[in-house]
Amino acid sequence: MAVIARRLVFFVITLWAALTINFFLPRLMPGGPVLAMMSRFRGHVTPQAMRSLELAFGVDIHENLLAQYIQYLGDIAQGRFGLSVSFFPVPVAQILMQALPWTLGLIGVTTIISFALGTLIGMVAAWRRGGLADSVLPPVLVVVSAFPYFWFGLICIYLFSAGLGWFPSGFAYDLGSPVALSWSFAGQVLRHAALPAFTITITSIGGWLLTMRNNMIATLSEDYVRMARAKGLSPLRIMVLYAGRNAVLPNITGFALSLGFVLSGALLTEIVFTYPGLGYLLYQAVVGEDYPLMQAIFLLITVAVLAAVLLADVANVLLDPRTRGHQYR
Amino acid sequence: MDRSTAVDGPTGHVRGGAVRLSPLGRVGAAVLANRKAAAGALLLALFTAVALLAPLIAPYDPEASDFLPTAPPSAAHWLGTTSLGQDVLSQVIWGARPSLVIGLIAGIVATVISILVGVTAAYRGGLPDLLLSLATDVFLVLPALPLMIVIAAYLKGSGTWVLIAVIVVTGWAFGARQLRAQALSLRGREFLEAARVRGERGSYVIVCEMLPTMTSLIAANVLGAALYAVLAAAGLQFLGLGDINAISWGSMLYWAQNNEALQTGAPLWAIVPGLCIALLGAALALLNYAFDELSNPALRAARRARGRRAP
Repeated sequence: MAVIARRLVFFVITLWAALTINFFLPRLMPGGPVLAMMSRFRGHVTPQAMRSLELAFGVDIHENLLAQYIQYLGDIAQGRFGLSVSFFPVPVAQILMQALPWTLGLIGVTTIISFALGTLIGMVAAWRRGGLADSVLPPVLVVVSAFPYFWFGLICIYLFSAGLGWFPSGFAYDLGSPVALSWSFAGQVLRHAALPAFTITITSIGGWLLTMRNNMIATLSEDYVRMARAKGLSPLRIMVLYAGRNAVLPNITGFALSLGFVLSGALLTEIVFTYPGLGYLLYQAVVGEDYPLMQAIFLLITVAVLAAVLLADVANVLLDPRTRGHQYR
Repeated sequence: MDRSTAVDGPTGHVRGGAVRLSPLGRVGAAVLANRKAAAGALLLALFTAVALLAPLIAPYDPEASDFLPTAPPSAAHWLGTTSLGQDVLSQVIWGARPSLVIGLIAGIVATVISILVGVTAAYRGGLPDLLLSLATDVFLVLPALPLMIVIAAYLKGSGTWVLIAVIVVTGWAFGARQLRAQALSLRGREFLEAARVRGERGSYVIVCEMLPTMTSLIAANVLGAALYAVLAAAGLQFLGLGDINAISWGSMLYWAQNNEALQTGAPLWAIVPGLCIALLGAALALLNYAFDELSNPALRAARRARGRRAP
């Protein structure tokens, strides 16, 4: 389909932009940080590892920039992100693969929950204009969505973990417990994920709710809704199948747009809860001044966002016949 | 409700042409008429006053570590003291300054870039539009926080200005997209054609003809960008990126977290700065929400629809 093909081109360009930023950042920075990192590791790591760091950051290399750039793109294309310096000598790619499932699980599930809940409440709020859900929830959630995620997380730890002792305050499962496919392990994972998931859901739900409510308000004044009312269809049917179904479309586009924002907050939440996903890994990389790891995480998150946006696009094309037309937009 | 009230100014209470307010005046009147917006404006004014009067109202020097460490709240120290024996209340008061400065400057600069990119793209059309929109979409999709963290980590220990620059670079795209859409809807309108026929230059048409009609959306954008900046700065400072030795709400949270303030009997040290960030964010979000209603005719029309539906 033409729309999807055009989006794919866009994604390739975005990915290329991310790679280019990654390549030039260490080379543009005033020498300090990278050289400092190198001198810290000199003597602690093998000369070959030192050489690979030099290659990765363009230090002490007399090849021209273009040749380095092409070399870099080739390395990334083959999945060679170099070696992590804080977890030396583990390859960056291997560390990423350990963290990725936790982030996908936590953020994936919470994003779907908050999208579904927000859309549902937004629909009802617009349907009952001036009702409880409409007059109380939107302003409350607007205020809540302005909270810093990480602070809300800290408060949750203070109240529910340190205070009431209901939930553990960090990590993804009980330390020292073996990773196994058992019910007790699954229970641990759920208990550890509960607070971070709650934090992310509560702070991100407002955005979905408001967009849905506003779309729904516009849809409700359409003629076909009035017609449906005049025909005497049941209110539930009009709300869900007539107005809601059409109002949700822009929300799916919005999903793609605001995913980056939600993700940023979720990464900070992981840091607060020392949840072993990409966000916490990024934090460890910052603390350990592990630039190769940091940059690889940035790339991986970019790819994840692009994949999610592409999924939303496909969903939009499947759900909305208008996007299939060639003269759309 | 007759038809004429519907077409009058966006506030709905400038009627019959008796009072003609400037676009800014209209925005001001609308803010006061809306309860959510008024609450936001009040909070924002409060924080601004605290920031401006910090030297007068802070009870102690925020950096002086002359007191008993991690003391509970008392008459002398309303919010207790830090683990270094600094007065928490004085730090909270002084911490208002960097947050407001970052929000204000980053909000305005990001919006100016949004206008430059978004409105120019819509006005020029064709290839410039294609390229500028592509750049906007790319920056919109690039995950902002990891990018900010990576840049800030390279510029370790840098101050407020670097923080603002990093936030602006990652935060202008959303506004550019919105403003482009709004400007596109103006294309082909008579007053723009008239200006073009008069032979006005492109920059004149954009600044003097197009921008005034977009005032409320631009104001909403400044607020949205400022909100983003305040939260992003707090997040970066909390992670210890930026200047951790300068007093700000974010760096207070950094020190409180690193000294386990919540577990060691100084919970207010972590709770209050975060609450201030949250309240400042809420003030900006409430104002933004109100401007959204103001600049989105569909929402206003629907509010009247309630009356229409009742019978």
